Amino acid sequence: MPAAFFAVFFAYPVAAIVARGLKADGHWRPGRIADVLGDGGVRHVLWFTTWQALASTALTLLVALPGAYVLARLDFPGRRLLRAVVTVPFVLPTVVAGSAWLALVGRGGLLDTLWGVRLDTTVWAILLAHVFFNYAVVVRTVGGLWAQLDPRQEEAARMLGASRLTAWRTVTLPALAPAVAAAALMVFLFTFTSFGVVQILGGPRFATLEVEIYRQTSEIFDLSTAAVLTLVQFAAVAAILAVHARTVRRRERALRLVDASRTARRPRGATQWALLTGVLLSVAVLVLLPLAVLVQRSLDAPGLRYYRALSSDDGNIFLVAPITAIGTSLEYALAATAIAVAIGGLAAGALARRDAGRLVRGFDALLMLPLGVSAVTVGFGFLIALDTPPLDLRASWILVPLAQALVGVPFVVRTMLPVLRAVDTRLREAAAVLGASPWRVWRAVDLPLVRRALLIAAGFAFAVSLGEFGATVFIARPDRPTLPVAVTRLLGRPGDLNYGQAMALSTILMLVCAATLLLLEGLRGRTTGDRTDPTGEF
Amino acid sequence: MLLGLQGATVRFGRRTVLDAVDLDVAEGEIVCVLGPSGSGKSTLLRAVAGLQPLDAGRVLLDGRDQAGVPAHRRGVGLMFQDHQLFPHRDVAGNVAFGPRMHGADRREQAERVRELLELVGLPGAERRAVAALSGGEQQRVALARALAARPRLLMLDEPLGQLDRSLRERLVVELRELFGRLGTTVLAVTHDQGEAFALADRVVVMRDGRIAQSGTPLQVWQRPADAFVARFLGFDNVVQATVGDTAADTPWGKLPVPEDSPRGTRTLLVRPAGVRLVPAAEGLRCTVTARTFQGTHVAVHLQPRDAPRLQAACALREAPEVGQEVGVAFDAAEIAVLG
Repeated sequence: MPAAFFAVFFAYPVAAIVARGLKADGHWRPGRIADVLGDGGVRHVLWFTTWQALASTALTLLVALPGAYVLARLDFPGRRLLRAVVTVPFVLPTVVAGSAWLALVGRGGLLDTLWGVRLDTTVWAILLAHVFFNYAVVVRTVGGLWAQLDPRQEEAARMLGASRLTAWRTVTLPALAPAVAAAALMVFLFTFTSFGVVQILGGPRFATLEVEIYRQTSEIFDLSTAAVLTLVQFAAVAAILAVHARTVRRRERALRLVDASRTARRPRGATQWALLTGVLLSVAVLVLLPLAVLVQRSLDAPGLRYYRALSSDDGNIFLVAPITAIGTSLEYALAATAIAVAIGGLAAGALARRDAGRLVRGFDALLMLPLGVSAVTVGFGFLIALDTPPLDLRASWILVPLAQALVGVPFVVRTMLPVLRAVDTRLREAAAVLGASPWRVWRAVDLPLVRRALLIAAGFAFAVSLGEFGATVFIARPDRPTLPVAVTRLLGRPGDLNYGQAMALSTILMLVCAATLLLLEGLRGRTTGDRTDPTGEF
Repeated sequence: MLLGLQGATVRFGRRTVLDAVDLDVAEGEIVCVLGPSGSGKSTLLRAVAGLQPLDAGRVLLDGRDQAGVPAHRRGVGLMFQDHQLFPHRDVAGNVAFGPRMHGADRREQAERVRELLELVGLPGAERRAVAALSGGEQQRVALARALAARPRLLMLDEPLGQLDRSLRERLVVELRELFGRLGTTVLAVTHDQGEAFALADRVVVMRDGRIAQSGTPLQVWQRPADAFVARFLGFDNVVQATVGDTAADTPWGKLPVPEDSPRGTRTLLVRPAGVRLVPAAEGLRCTVTARTFQGTHVAVHLQPRDAPRLQAACALREAPEVGQEVGVAFDAAEIAVLG
């Protein structure tokens, strides 16, 4: 059933893209690839996409690794709050992140008014926004493991004559390396396929492949060039994912893991205090400041004028009042969550079985594809594949939730799989020996253990669907924009009122996402002895 | 003295884990710290190692105060309870770690690894992965790794804790022989009295962060300092008694005591061997409630009327059935008046 879902809603659209790109007048034209890649403009985009992704990844690691250490190993008041705060950007829609940074470093932004500094025409705005976004990926993936590494391994090295630094280098670093590599690849993947952020902050000068595909489709209407670019990106992403799968497998080497709640200690000594202060400062500047500025800008008119303007439908660019986008977004997100949980849950169930064969495990990697294969590809694929018979869903409202679910499924699988795999068979056996039928065993043992993970998965799917932009922007009907789509349209218009309304809508979207996340953190916090980390398990 | 602790104190929040501990270990001596879990014995090792800062008191090595000397400069070795072998290195990589940190070149490292693996009875195991070793082999590798760094003091935290009984009994003998041959100074902690008595020249019993008793295994065994030590060593026949010249008043009646015993209200220990079974008409009348086979003897649990339970040791063939009524007589030689 999940396989069928992916065949129809993922493989088929992708195949349609291939056909569109390489077929002309009913003949295959592989030469198209060379034609498109030979173009100077395209080559420039490819080059920029790659180097900005590399730079973003390096910068993110540089800033976030100390954060991972501090959150994993130091115990201080507000630690849990800090953990939650740095995760907020990760579930924020890219569009919100884009507008937050625009409000901070753009024209008329905070830095502009204070010191006349503008970064929105430079690549720095993009890089910083990428750090803002992916900080949590590094902190969770690396920090999650770091917190579970037995501190006595380092102590054992110190007893054998290694200094603090040497002990870290020879013992902790090798243990962390696969997690660092996995996090770096993930950040590279996300920044390589970055869309919303670059769309808003990139201006006319900077475009990633993703942005270029969108431009070719919706502004130049050169569908075959867009299709070829999509294929190029597809190949790149598949390569990254393959490498990632290998590092993840390497990571599963026998490490000595302990309960994370017992490894953190109060900061001691000047170095640790300096690290803690540095991390708190960098989080304040990189994470809190943009969000604070966003909220401030949205309120920067007498009597909540921007918010009131959202509910009027005269003189704006939509056919409806912007405020209706909230309802639309929620409806779509709920539908998408239901689909994603159903499909993802079934897929995770199939993958968790111990007798799962190679074929099924291959499917595991396949499930990750929509996460990496950019939302724009999905949206574009839907656009050209599902608007003609045999499957015409163009007019149906379900098209948007389907695309969003496709992006949400990997999150559901990633969250459910470790928990399902961790259910101890002996518990089931114990229940069976005590006289429970297979159905009762499932209800009494599996369900209670999995229920929380299921809720967390649903929450993530919900947040992801809510903020989904790349696919939705292709297929959302003009009279039914979602929140992120409405924000970009407002930003694309001149005038203070439109700008302010965009900030106001972004703020609303941010609050909904942050509330969802805090709810999830609460759920996760109460999970005792459960080591799964919803955003750490990629 | 190679190691000296003076008033060593460690507090975790409001709890005092190590309370003004004084302890000396001489060159070449094997000292075993014995105590229940939570008595502060692991913290003691960590304090000596420099992994746990002291809140008060001093740690001296060769007479020099170690305050401010970081763990890796103290020249002491610590074998962790669960060994803490490095999973990403093979056996040779683990054993060579210490020599490498002390600047030995590759040839010296390889030579030292070979020598030590030979010593611990694992010759040729250099290239094996640590995850593939059995519990006993891991223990040997951990020992080789600790010895390879040539520590002036070797500390062992529950060295045999996770191994099964027969292996433990064999290894404890091997360890003692090995340390004797190398002249290693050892400070070990364990909760297992059998292990401590088999390994140590001197046993130190700890309770709630303080030293309850210190002495040779024989001294501690024969004359526990107080009721706590006696019970921790597995003695159950411990009561309050009023000791007179030749006898003591106890809930079990008048018991004979050794001649030089201190007088007054004291704690009295009757070793199981000192509880002799006699026909029911003679001595203290008891009902047999249980009997457990202990290998060399049978422990017989007895319930006198209106008095605490007694435990007796007797040969299998003489052991009474459960429910049987027996009489009990006491042997002065197996009775000790404590503290």
